[in-house]
Amino acid sequence: MSSKPATTHYPAAPTSERVESRTLCVLVDNEPGVLARVIGLFAGRGYNIDSLTVSETEHEKHLSRITIVTRGTPMVLEQIKNQLDRLVPVHRVIDLTTAGPAIARELAMVKVRGTGDHRMEALRMADAFRARVIDATTESFVFEITGASDKIESFINLMLPVGLVEVSRTGIVAIARGPEGM
Amino acid sequence: MSEMTGAEMVMAALADQGVEHVFGYPGGAVLPIYDALFQQDKVQHILVRHEQGAVHAAEGYARSTGKVGTVLVTSGPGATNAVTGLTDALCDSVPLVVITGQVPTHLIGNDAFQECDTVGITRPCTKYNYLVKSVGDLPRVLHEAFHIAASGRPGPVVVDIPKDVQFATGNYFKPKEFQHKGYRPKLKGDPDKIRRAVEMMAAAKRPVFYTGGGVVNSGRAASESLRELAKLTGFPVTSTLMGLGAFPAADPQWLGMLGMHGTWEANWAMHDCDLMIAVGSRFDDRITGRLDAFSPGSKKIHIDIDPSSINKNVKIDLGIVGDCGHVLDNMVRLWRSGGHKADNKALEAWWAQIKKWRAKNSLAYRNSNEIIKPQYAIQRLYELTKDRDTYITTEVGQHQMWAAQFYQFQQPTRWMTSGGLGTMGYGLPASVGVQLAHPKSLVVDIAGEASVLMTMQEMSTAVQYDLPIKIFVIDNQYMGMVRQWQELLHGGRYSHSYTEALPDFVKLAEAYHAHGIRCEHPGELDEKIREMIEVKRPVIFDCVVDPAENCFPMIPSGRAHNEMLLGDATTRVEDAVTDEGKVMV
Repeated sequence: MSSKPATTHYPAAPTSERVESRTLCVLVDNEPGVLARVIGLFAGRGYNIDSLTVSETEHEKHLSRITIVTRGTPMVLEQIKNQLDRLVPVHRVIDLTTAGPAIARELAMVKVRGTGDHRMEALRMADAFRARVIDATTESFVFEITGASDKIESFINLMLPVGLVEVSRTGIVAIARGPEGM
Repeated sequence: MSEMTGAEMVMAALADQGVEHVFGYPGGAVLPIYDALFQQDKVQHILVRHEQGAVHAAEGYARSTGKVGTVLVTSGPGATNAVTGLTDALCDSVPLVVITGQVPTHLIGNDAFQECDTVGITRPCTKYNYLVKSVGDLPRVLHEAFHIAASGRPGPVVVDIPKDVQFATGNYFKPKEFQHKGYRPKLKGDPDKIRRAVEMMAAAKRPVFYTGGGVVNSGRAASESLRELAKLTGFPVTSTLMGLGAFPAADPQWLGMLGMHGTWEANWAMHDCDLMIAVGSRFDDRITGRLDAFSPGSKKIHIDIDPSSINKNVKIDLGIVGDCGHVLDNMVRLWRSGGHKADNKALEAWWAQIKKWRAKNSLAYRNSNEIIKPQYAIQRLYELTKDRDTYITTEVGQHQMWAAQFYQFQQPTRWMTSGGLGTMGYGLPASVGVQLAHPKSLVVDIAGEASVLMTMQEMSTAVQYDLPIKIFVIDNQYMGMVRQWQELLHGGRYSHSYTEALPDFVKLAEAYHAHGIRCEHPGELDEKIREMIEVKRPVIFDCVVDPAENCFPMIPSGRAHNEMLLGDATTRVEDAVTDEGKVMV
């Protein structure tokens, strides 16, 4: 009998491997329960969801597009893609991070409350970030801002001292650059 | 197209899908379907005693025939009782269509009587499931369910039908050639990859075939191709628990089962090989043992119909997605047409090494004249049934591993066991399903006395339908595998693994109007097994065995393939498992 230190029968967490972030596009039948299947898969198998968006994109074919941002080691990421792909209502899974250049955007609505200088500062900031005012009262604004997640993040941080009330974000939607579809 | 009620559509679809038997249990939410069932004679209904039994019976039926097994149960408790069977079928890739009744659509979500969220509960334990809210969808859904259950990697599909949909009328159509919107399992392997695989095989010096349940699931042709490829190449073959029978145990190239209770030669060959050809197997933790020490020096080819099986646990050098029947057949052709030859000189040395491992005789046990050794009981059962048309099912535990080790399977689909989920209570109802599909064959459930009590009520089903199943109980009064682990891992503190107040199995058999036999001495074993075979009724055979016997060889927790324990091992078993290994059993 060797005296090697034993681990267990089960795969140990691959500590040495780097965890990467990926943006996946999943084309699914728009049918009841399809989102539950996708989310249930992530929850049941212990995968991470950093962001998830879903909406019907091809009405005639009843197809929805889910954009998921997830993290994992390369082996786990391959599992995530294969596990998604074998769900019956899933048509295609594209890894936008590795498939080529892609653009990712997010939309946020940011509510700010304040009067006087704070109000002016909020408007100046919004202008610099190309955020639009979509609701205004004498003591508040709601800004709409679109962009990469880090841009939205810095806008929100700047709004904090000005009087940030609340934020609603869509999560990331993404698409590949160039003329080809998925 | 013809107009009929939803309930009639269910019966029409079952008949059109070639279903001859459906296992089920009636209840409020499926009464319209039971009414339609009553008024037709194409599909025979088998009344079980518990819905779990219905699903296991359908599993046994499906696995011994290659057809889709069918189940009909009611809403709420009917559906939840079926969940264990569904999970079992998902783990072991068994094609099933399970129809559940549901409360009327306007009451769904209302906490109605016998309501449960069936699609929610069964979503993670089915390949796919449907809640049919309109009778217009019902014919398509029913036909799709059979297609999805049987194609690709097989699995269970649930169709949940509210009672008002069963009453509603609509147009029924027969199954037709159709393409599912998006579901297209890949059957044919990539030819370039198959070519590369064949080249790797021709260059291999210490190859081994590691085959699994996928070969059995793929059908008879896959087993034939495997046999042919093994013969052409001269490579050794081992198999998982699920794959037993795909390659004949009598063949000299057979190494026996591998894994936690596999043979010395199979596990050492896996550990020392330079090329592993995994076919329809999934590198389960019971197979790999310690992952970081799993076959460290080998290149690995993996053929599987499910892409998510590849690179899940073990890094694969060449993954081929496809039906193993197709891929093996392509390999045979390519091997022939390419004029490939195995490296016979290297193979000779490899076989010489394997012979040395074999000489260890790792399944050896000390027999006794006073007390029946469980291994001996199974050996005698094998000897006395091998020349018959025999099907074996099992429960889960030590008896299951001994059956896998000592019963020699020569053909696929003769062996029905709960592998992935490890469901105690699987074997008795499964044998009901097998016997129904093969009325003239000998069907034996090699059971443990603890497991078999979990679904014992299905004896009543067997008696009702004149199914002469043989329940061969390896009775050691313990949950033997639990006891074995407690001995190894928990200082021999046998916490609740001993069953006091066991029933008298002979009287129990008689209470069910079946035949009971008790055997306590090795000398009378043969005669009583013959009696069991001759009796044309269901039999419970209480085989009282040595309660202290343990199942060896064994790869203890936290160890690798080359660190097996043997029955007469010099290492004391208590010292063999480290603290870390105790965490996972």
